[in-house]
Amino acid sequence: MIRDITIGQYYPADSSLHRLDPRVKFIGTFLFLISLFVADSFWGYVLATCFLGGIILLSKVPVKFMVKGLKPLFIILLITVAFNLFLIPGKEVWSLGFLTITVEGIQQAVKIGIRLIYLVIGSSVMTLTTTPNQLTDGLERILRPLNKIRVPVHEISMMMSIALRFIPILMEETDKIMKAQIARGADFETGNLIQKAKNMIPLLVPLFISAFRRADDLAMAMEARCYHGGDHRTQMKPLIYQRKDYVAYGIVFVYLAADIAIRVLL
Amino acid sequence: MSLKLEHVTYTYNPGTAYETHALKDVSLEIPQGQFVGVIGHTGSGKSTLIQHFNGLMRPTSGTVFYNGEDIWQEGYSLKRLRSKVGLVFQYPEHQLFEADVLSDVCFGPKNQGLSQEEAQERARTALKQVGLKEKYYASSPFELSGGQKRRVAIAGVLAMEPEVLILDEPTAGLDPKGRDEILDQIAWLHQERKISVLLVSHSMEDIARYVERILVMNHGEKVFDGVPKEVFSHYKELESIGLAAPQITYIMHALRENGLQTDTSAITVEEAKNSILKALGRGEK
Repeated sequence: MIRDITIGQYYPADSSLHRLDPRVKFIGTFLFLISLFVADSFWGYVLATCFLGGIILLSKVPVKFMVKGLKPLFIILLITVAFNLFLIPGKEVWSLGFLTITVEGIQQAVKIGIRLIYLVIGSSVMTLTTTPNQLTDGLERILRPLNKIRVPVHEISMMMSIALRFIPILMEETDKIMKAQIARGADFETGNLIQKAKNMIPLLVPLFISAFRRADDLAMAMEARCYHGGDHRTQMKPLIYQRKDYVAYGIVFVYLAADIAIRVLL
Repeated sequence: MSLKLEHVTYTYNPGTAYETHALKDVSLEIPQGQFVGVIGHTGSGKSTLIQHFNGLMRPTSGTVFYNGEDIWQEGYSLKRLRSKVGLVFQYPEHQLFEADVLSDVCFGPKNQGLSQEEAQERARTALKQVGLKEKYYASSPFELSGGQKRRVAIAGVLAMEPEVLILDEPTAGLDPKGRDEILDQIAWLHQERKISVLLVSHSMEDIARYVERILVMNHGEKVFDGVPKEVFSHYKELESIGLAAPQITYIMHALRENGLQTDTSAITVEEAKNSILKALGRGEK
């Protein structure tokens, strides 16, 4: 029942995008998001569409999965588009009572709609082609300069990867405890809100205890292997830029430059 | 009073690339009052099987009957079924949540709609049955030792007075003394209250000592179903699916190969002793 929820929606495949250094994907996604807000003209959007389309093709991830990421945002998207559609003043095209649609409104709504959709798909491409572990690794390396101002970058990223790793474990645990309590006659479905919240106690107490127990065990296991944080710690697979990563950076920068050029020149 | 599965199949993630059959066309019947052992290597479908008996899992195809009634028919009360068919999961102590032992055991009976007094009465009886001393009733379940926690958790299911008791490896991680005590108490309950017991275990010795019928699962299929002596006589086949016969059975085979006329169907130490004495010409006087 609860196992259907997926977080860290990695889609395993063997594409050039999957093999890229996570840092490239991280920075690339960031630059793509910026480019979306730079683009303001028709040609700017055409360029962004071509770029995104190309990336999706390269990733070998079925488009179905990208669209799935849009679902939870559908309502936000609808509200934003509606606000822009009705509330922007300008040349009137249609009106009914207090609702007025203007030419500027339509333009703005379409732009915002496309931006939001591309934003979500763009970041989905990153999370779909990068495992959560690679992502935190990449983030750690990008943020390493912050070490100089005493930000414990390694510790933070370690906590992030442990948290991510624990999500499926705790899900499974929840499923197990839920079943055990249902077998003892517990009811998690009926009743009003307060009743439901009360009924959760037999689930939440054991879950918390088990989370603490697991955390304790993990801490002990890490200590036993002499783990002591970031200093002088090496990695089995250190992130090293390859030629393909430089090529990817090149492509992203050319795209961004073209985007800016369109904005400035056209 | 019986449990019955007819052509039960259970498929995880049907219709996707991850499709796996946890159960394949399993049919079996457990009459009231039987003590049944379920064996199979890890991932053979034992846990999936037992969760079908009290309606925690719904078969992808096939039917589950309790007392001749289809438990998945419209209007059947699964809640009532679950109070008749008690299921003790692996490491049941992980489900304890109340502030004191007695309240935790009361959780099941209270869900059955009993009053506070009746529930406590049931809880006390159940705690006595699992052999937990009265001085622990008011303490927090989290202060108890592993074996005691296990007893409290088992009592939590017993207090619902089920007619069928299913236990998924109730002795995993316990010391030999705790293991024997818990199993003896379960056997006693089976005798006294005439409940059916389904015991999932990895210990062939425990199975041989207590049960009157063995179900062997492999890759989601029921491969053997019979009395222990009969099932353990297939020890070669059992080995090929990652199981074994009780160690004493191997000793008996070895003795016979070396010329002593022992009974190779012996599966408990007691039987083996008698058979060896007889072979040496010193049978029971």
